[in-house]
Amino acid sequence: MIVCGALTLLSARPTPAQTTTPQTLEQAPDTMAARVLACAPCHGATGEGTQNAAFPRLSGKPAGYLYNQLVAFRDGRRRYAPMSYLLGYLPDPTLRAMAEYYAAQHPPVPAPVVPIVSAELLALGQSLAQHGDGARGVPACSTCHGPAYTGMEPGIPGLIGLQPSYISAQLGGWRYGTRTAAAPDCMQMVAGHLTETDVTAVAAWLATVPAVAGSAPSPAGSNPMPLACGSEPP
Amino acid sequence: MTTALRLLFLAATLAVPWHPAVAQDGAAIQRGEYLARAGDCIACHTQPGGKPFAGGRAMLTPFGTLFSPNITPDAETGMGKYTAQSFYTMMHTGRSPDGGLLYPAMPFGSYTKVTRTDSDAIFAYMKSIPPIREASKPHDLRFPYNNRSLILGWRTLYFQEGEFQPDRTKSEPWNRGAYLVQGLGHCAMCHSAINALGGSSESKAFQGGLIPMQNWYAPSLTSNKEAGLGEWSVDEIGSLLRAGVSPRGAVYGPMAEVVYDSLQHMSDADTQAMSIYLKSLGEGTPPDPASANLPVAESSLLMRLGQTVYTGQCASCHGAQGSGMPPHYPPLAGNPSIQMESAVNPIRMVLNGGYPPGTAGNPMPHGMPPFAQSLSDDEIAAVVTYVRLSWGNRGSAISAHQANVLRAAPLD
Repeated sequence: MIVCGALTLLSARPTPAQTTTPQTLEQAPDTMAARVLACAPCHGATGEGTQNAAFPRLSGKPAGYLYNQLVAFRDGRRRYAPMSYLLGYLPDPTLRAMAEYYAAQHPPVPAPVVPIVSAELLALGQSLAQHGDGARGVPACSTCHGPAYTGMEPGIPGLIGLQPSYISAQLGGWRYGTRTAAAPDCMQMVAGHLTETDVTAVAAWLATVPAVAGSAPSPAGSNPMPLACGSEPP
Repeated sequence: MTTALRLLFLAATLAVPWHPAVAQDGAAIQRGEYLARAGDCIACHTQPGGKPFAGGRAMLTPFGTLFSPNITPDAETGMGKYTAQSFYTMMHTGRSPDGGLLYPAMPFGSYTKVTRTDSDAIFAYMKSIPPIREASKPHDLRFPYNNRSLILGWRTLYFQEGEFQPDRTKSEPWNRGAYLVQGLGHCAMCHSAINALGGSSESKAFQGGLIPMQNWYAPSLTSNKEAGLGEWSVDEIGSLLRAGVSPRGAVYGPMAEVVYDSLQHMSDADTQAMSIYLKSLGEGTPPDPASANLPVAESSLLMRLGQTVYTGQCASCHGAQGSGMPPHYPPLAGNPSIQMESAVNPIRMVLNGGYPPGTAGNPMPHGMPPFAQSLSDDEIAAVVTYVRLSWGNRGSAISAHQANVLRAAPLD
């Protein structure tokens, strides 16, 4: 019906319906790539990310993870006003399709970031990421996010191709409650054990990790989970 | 007539052979649910991500923050103690069962037009939803607005009590549309200019206005210079209301919420009726030319920069001639919402972008990208000026300052 209407009234100064035919009318492309163009200025056309550290890479992250984030932004569990505004009146299936679009994109991962922190801090970050800190109940990032930090289906994101300030902002968001996930919110527990220094260190080190070939998330259940996570059902 | 006979009679007339009273309740609840959708109760009485109708949504007003109350049937914290009569009185007169005066954020100025039958059906539905125990948050209004007796003065000035009276000279659908638009739809709440006292007079109804705090402009529904619905076809208006997109334009901002929560759930007959009425409101007011308010030299500079920005950022979807690719990429040429005296909406669309709502009629919307992060105030002023003055559009130029102040407009 909408299409019919479009035929009869292409412009605001309508031409008679009989002079237009469906073939002559240019239509918006019926693709997800066209539908997510609104996301492109910040996240890139295929979700590759942009120079602006506030806007993360989306490509190749697990669809389940991306979907959870879209729902969280829409419903206010994760707070960032421009995202909540854009997604405010989009139903679940639309958000699912957006998530699946970005999950299926595999543009090249940007070159690792040259760290601007001290070697000592970088070493702390590496140690936390690879080994955690058992004494404080901090699991290694690699336990859940995978040895190459490429994430795990369906709900655990890859951590490569992100800028340090984005990673530290997310860990901060968990500590301060502006980013939450489905209960039990395991990342909130992990972030709660980290100090400011830990956050800076681990964010700086993760940004130096080069992408491995493929860099796809590992299959569901392939990494043993040390904590119960609402976003990663057992 | 004996009770048994009476029941039999009732059963026969309703063609519902078993338990007519229960069936009637069921039908009333169903109708009430539909009418509650038409009234969009859920939008204000639910927090984002919160339990439906449990209230708590913060409503920013120029006078402070109001929190919508819990309207689930919980006896302590909700509407559990209401009766059909006290519910009707509240809807019709803006008074709660204890006689207290409701703040006019509750659109009782519109709901007063709702019939008793419809009010009873809505009440039956509200009684049927699960009660949620959640105390309503106290309002946070500044002095002197925290004094409820001031509402009395407001009511004297702006409130006219009375159910909708059909106009017998008009068609049945026109009257149905008028009833929905003026009553449950409470369209006048946004589409009328609101004065410093937060009121609008009946004579100004539907003449358009800036929505306070939200900083979106709700176009006049009575003037073809603004929404221009008089020049749309009934089907085009219907498509906008039902699907959120149409060959003439799409809904964004607060109107996206209205379509998402309310209008897309209305029957085709009802949106058609509303369209017939809305079209009639706008008819007979020819668009008149606006004049450019900037010196020619400055505006030609703006136009040149605007064209550069437009060609680089906008033309791929909206076309070099502003014809768009309707319905998903709205036309800009000849689109009255671009040319209105208030440039708030086109500026905000460029700054914030937006998606029309996802609806049954348009489940996978196309979105407009935000440019707040990539264009300067000058570029935004230039491109908005360009679309307001090109292809026969007759809007006025806008300044970088106008673009700048709207960067701070709230997004929620």
